[in-house]
Amino acid sequence: MSLIKYESQVREPLVDGHKSYHDVTEDICHTIEAKPTRLWYIGFYISVALLMFGVFSVYREVTYGIGQWNLGRTIGWGWDITNFVWWVGIGHAGTLISAILLLFRQRWRTGVNRAAEAMTIFAVICAGQFPIFHMGRVWLAFFTLPYPNTRGPLWPNFNSPLMWDVFAISTYFTVSLLFWYAGLLPDMATIRDRAKTKFRKMMYGVAAFGWTGSTKHWQRHESLSLVLAGLSTPLVLSVHTIVSFDFATSIIPGWHTTIFPPYFVAGAIFSGFAMVQTLMLVMRKVMGLEQYITLSHIEVMNKVIVLTGSIVGCAYLTELFMAWYSMVPYEQDHFFKYRIAGPYGWSYWLMMTCNVISPQLFWFRKLRRNITFTFVMSIVVNIGMWFERFVIIVTSIYRDYLPSSWSMYYRPSIWEIGFYLGTFGLFFTCFFLFAKYFPVIAIAEIKHVLKTSGESYKGEMTGIERMTDDQLYSEAHHHDDDHHSADVKVAHN
Amino acid sequence: MALKKFVVGCFDEEKVLFPAVDKVRHAGYKIHDIYTPFPVHGLDKAMGLRDTSLHTAGFIYGLTGTTTAVTFMSWVFTKDWPMNIGGKPHFALPAWIPITFELTVLMAAVGMVLTFCYICQLAPFIKKHHFHARATDDLFVMVIECTEKTDEAALSAYLESVGAKEINTQVAEDGWWIGRYDREQKLYNEPNIA
Repeated sequence: MSLIKYESQVREPLVDGHKSYHDVTEDICHTIEAKPTRLWYIGFYISVALLMFGVFSVYREVTYGIGQWNLGRTIGWGWDITNFVWWVGIGHAGTLISAILLLFRQRWRTGVNRAAEAMTIFAVICAGQFPIFHMGRVWLAFFTLPYPNTRGPLWPNFNSPLMWDVFAISTYFTVSLLFWYAGLLPDMATIRDRAKTKFRKMMYGVAAFGWTGSTKHWQRHESLSLVLAGLSTPLVLSVHTIVSFDFATSIIPGWHTTIFPPYFVAGAIFSGFAMVQTLMLVMRKVMGLEQYITLSHIEVMNKVIVLTGSIVGCAYLTELFMAWYSMVPYEQDHFFKYRIAGPYGWSYWLMMTCNVISPQLFWFRKLRRNITFTFVMSIVVNIGMWFERFVIIVTSIYRDYLPSSWSMYYRPSIWEIGFYLGTFGLFFTCFFLFAKYFPVIAIAEIKHVLKTSGESYKGEMTGIERMTDDQLYSEAHHHDDDHHSADVKVAHN
Repeated sequence: MALKKFVVGCFDEEKVLFPAVDKVRHAGYKIHDIYTPFPVHGLDKAMGLRDTSLHTAGFIYGLTGTTTAVTFMSWVFTKDWPMNIGGKPHFALPAWIPITFELTVLMAAVGMVLTFCYICQLAPFIKKHHFHARATDDLFVMVIECTEKTDEAALSAYLESVGAKEINTQVAEDGWWIGRYDREQKLYNEPNIA
């Protein structure tokens, strides 16, 4: 089976500049081999300081109990679960980029997939902290695991969405980590083989698992990546679906809706891409990777943002419509009196502005390709998505069926805020370490697309574009016969 | 675990590599391996390697996960400790779909990665002989194993004629051993093969 692989000249190159394979290695490895810059140290220390504050906040909560947070009746879920859902959502873009775009053969993924996957893993680690510490008696967290215990054995309730969450998040974390690390092995080997100091040689030697680049190993590696991508694709959709089940399977007005799974997944991709933009825009500038993460990469991600932002917008409107159409007074009151109006109305409209209205500006090509605008917008979207979760959680539960127990006004305590800031510290500490010690761009994958999508090779496509169908066909078959597919024009796929 | 003699030819262009692979095979030489810095599509076919069946293993691991999840949850809720949860049926298959799915994916992924590492002999602290340091950078390193009948000089000349840029002969361990990359390894000495 032979596919004719040619790149349209209309499509922009994925790698700018006239690069050879060795240039690619140099460009991506030089930051690992150089001393960290001043800027890196400043950023790293700020992150560690935030992390320490977070650790102290968690210490307060663990020692003195959940009362350190301003949760109560009826707001039993506040900042903690909001932050959990927010971080999990961010953790969706990486796997989307690496898995779904691999299946769809979107080759622009090669520029951003490594860093986006790292972001996913760190975001999921941050997300996991919230439900774990929300348990209060965190030392009993292992009760969620189905192990033969002395209490019966009493098994966890597998019919509960909270239990599904345990399985979904831990599976998602494990699979993302494996997928990410399997892809890292060859690049670790590249750094190992270039290492000039003994220490680096040892560390990357251990990290590369003895990778040689054997053709048979590459063949298995390709098969592994493809199957892992196939597994991760439904997985990534299932994770946020299950997170949305935490709400949707309850009978609280505002939560009890069937639209939640697709709506949450779209929102997760939306916020995930915004976070990828925030990180990539800084990274490409600071690390000099403008030729690998090009303007066209930024533009396609902005297209995803405007698409998913609009899907989320549709979901918001559908919710309002269904509340009215259902004729259920509780639903109607919740949406029209307590959510879009009432004391928390500001948070709803902030969410609407950030998530639905402002991303529409990305319909303009000029703005999609404007770096400053994209950066500002990525922050706006992340604020909006945080408020989306806040709106869903807090505005649905601050007024329940019994007006005598209505609560107002939920203000997080300093330790709740500290915990949230602490996860920022954790996230950025991990990300700074990753940016310094790991290849932030998948070296092998860039080399793989270089000859078809690199700037210097695009010119070779002119001849192919002029060929007639018959010529193209005979060309393909001629090469097929003598097992020859390295030619840029024709390749086995 | 044995020391063997190899003739190594390095190529820097896929366009040259593919016809070279063909010619070398037709000339009757057995290619030990080709080390490349990235997956070169079609090279496995050109070398005459069979397809990997790693994905079949993945499928079996996945099925194991599905079976484990369904049998375990049904045993817990119908035999070991049936619980009345809001009068719902004990055998609540739809409610088990999420966990069944997650366990399927988990087992398939973990199983496949472990199998991959096992069959490729990849693990921390494993060391192998590398024929050329630039095989992970920008060279395609073709390695041909010598037998008693091989004429090294002729083979080297042949490799040069098909376009290899750098050619040398190496005596090396073809398996793996436990070690670190920052240290020279002392291998146990076996008599060299001529």
